[in-house]
Amino acid sequence: MKHIFSKQNKALLSELVRTDFKLRYQGSVLGYTWSLLKPLLLFLTLYIIFVKFLKLGAGIPHFPIYLLLGIVLWTFFAEITSQGLSSIVGRGDLIRKIRIPRWMIVLSASISALINLGLNLLIVFIFMIANNVDLLITSVWLPLLLVQIYVLGLGVALILATAYVKYRDVSHIWEVVLQAGFYVTPILFPLTLITNVTYQKLLLLNPMAQTIQDARYALVTHETLTISSVFGSGYYRLIPVIMSVLILIVGVLYFKKQSKYFAENL
Amino acid sequence: MRDIAIRVKGVNKSFKLPHEQHNSIKSLFVSVFRPGRTFEKQDVLKNVSLDVKQGEFFGIVGRNGSGKSTLLKLIAGIYSPDTGGIQVNGKLTPFIELGVGFNPELTGRENVFMNGALLGFDRKEMNAMYNDIVSFAELDRFMDQKLKNYSSGMQVRLAFSIAIRAKTDILILDEVLAVGDLDFQKKCYSYFFNLKKSGQTVVLVTHDMSVVRKFCNRSALISGGVIEKIGDPEEVAELYEEINLRVAEGRLANGESVKQFKQREGTKEAEIIKVETFDAETKHSQNTFSAKEKIGVRLTYKANKLIEKPSLSFILQDQEDRTVFATNNWIKKQPTKNINSGDTVIFETIIDNALTDGEYTVTSAIESTDFSVIYDRIEQHHKFMVGGHKLSHALSHPHHEMTIHYLKGGR
Repeated sequence: MKHIFSKQNKALLSELVRTDFKLRYQGSVLGYTWSLLKPLLLFLTLYIIFVKFLKLGAGIPHFPIYLLLGIVLWTFFAEITSQGLSSIVGRGDLIRKIRIPRWMIVLSASISALINLGLNLLIVFIFMIANNVDLLITSVWLPLLLVQIYVLGLGVALILATAYVKYRDVSHIWEVVLQAGFYVTPILFPLTLITNVTYQKLLLLNPMAQTIQDARYALVTHETLTISSVFGSGYYRLIPVIMSVLILIVGVLYFKKQSKYFAENL
Repeated sequence: MRDIAIRVKGVNKSFKLPHEQHNSIKSLFVSVFRPGRTFEKQDVLKNVSLDVKQGEFFGIVGRNGSGKSTLLKLIAGIYSPDTGGIQVNGKLTPFIELGVGFNPELTGRENVFMNGALLGFDRKEMNAMYNDIVSFAELDRFMDQKLKNYSSGMQVRLAFSIAIRAKTDILILDEVLAVGDLDFQKKCYSYFFNLKKSGQTVVLVTHDMSVVRKFCNRSALISGGVIEKIGDPEEVAELYEEINLRVAEGRLANGESVKQFKQREGTKEAEIIKVETFDAETKHSQNTFSAKEKIGVRLTYKANKLIEKPSLSFILQDQEDRTVFATNNWIKKQPTKNINSGDTVIFETIIDNALTDGEYTVTSAIESTDFSVIYDRIEQHHKFMVGGHKLSHALSHPHHEMTIHYLKGGR
């Protein structure tokens, strides 16, 4: 553990993140602002169509914030996984010629996503203040939920990055999965729209659905269906959390086993 | 183990080269149902063991594809061995080439910091040495330009001046001198001299035997994935050159350009039927000669009618068509006899090897006694090679002896 956070590794990590950021917005006029604009524009579109036209979420207080928070968290998950996926292959030049800890490359991609999340959450808070959302005491749980999404995202990223070295289909598959996931996860629609309790339960077993709903409950309004309210006090509600941790463990093990051969397989 | 910097013990490394690359999941599934998919196992290193001692300048030499770069990557920890072990005592430079991680889209300055981070320097340390790096590379005016606008020479200079900041116990370098102009190579040389003086452990992979002779304390020759020789750099360099000659021998003996000639003229009353070079001791045909070997030239003629006392002659020319040697039977006071129609004459000459490295051709002729009639003359017919000289820029390198006299006072 001491080795992981050695001075050299920290310096390298910060430099990797820095160049990542610089390269991503290279040559664009608005530069970093795009990381904020992208989810905002998505939010605006969805808000106009689903809230204004289709009148979704009418019974939920502060539904726009509720919607925005969902989009921001989903964007974080999508970024951490898809940037993680291509990180190893994208940095092939380094891997083939330098001995640096391989996990550092995936980690640096995840940190870029984290920075974006921070900026996006800032916007959420600004909107909350503008919308006069009461500060709920449950907000203190938010960091824990973010940790869970990070754990899940990093685990998935490690698995995808490793698989992508050998199988280049993975990127296309993941694109489709993310797109489907966006609709399977109750981001646009309030979960109350689904009246069948079994379906509600099934949907909430998805860790992303669970965390997004929990975060909305904690931050925006208690009138959110969470896994606890659907499953009651049963141990079932722990399934998504356990799943997240398991995915990280599998990811770390798979990555560790395969990373020795990245240099020759790339 | 205290005085050992790197210990490589019984290392095997092979790569699987699939005949069809399974780059997509579909083809993976398809092949699951079609057992016995083929791949080629390529053994790149076979049971390689070597020790590099602390403070040694260790050279690894070998032809292309001999496995030397793979060995270097194994030592650097980029690949991991199939079997066997590699132990490293001390901190190793993490890269094996210059300019790794350079990004053309970033400015020179940004690349310096990125590269520094790869060497383990944080921003504070890099800020402290930034000016030195830039002035050593002589690139002050270009640091805020993108790297893609640099010439390749500028990139190498920048990479080199970052690389030499590395504070590691063991430095690993692969063919650094292959790039850069003469000035830059001079800088490299003086850097190497300093490294050697300061007792830094260096492992260098190179093709350049003059570097091996000049800098290495010990060196290893890899050939076909096995260590052919390890030890005295002089002996290793000689063996490497010999192997190179042997390969060239195969190439020349396989008839490459032997059958070609520039021009042939003559009445054909007598014909040259064979031109060859041979080893002076064994008399066997040979097309490559080391510095120490004498060169034998054997010409075979056949008379198509009675030939009276012919003149037998040949010249040797270098690649630029300069005649470096000429002889005939008369100047060596070797009068010829009459040759009956259908008879064969074999004309052998053994020459002290005063030639320098390079390819040479034989132009041979059979003429009448007074050289007035050319029976047969073939220009630049046979090719042979000379190699293994320590100095090769001069036209010739005959055997010579030296003495230096020291006298007290002036004269």
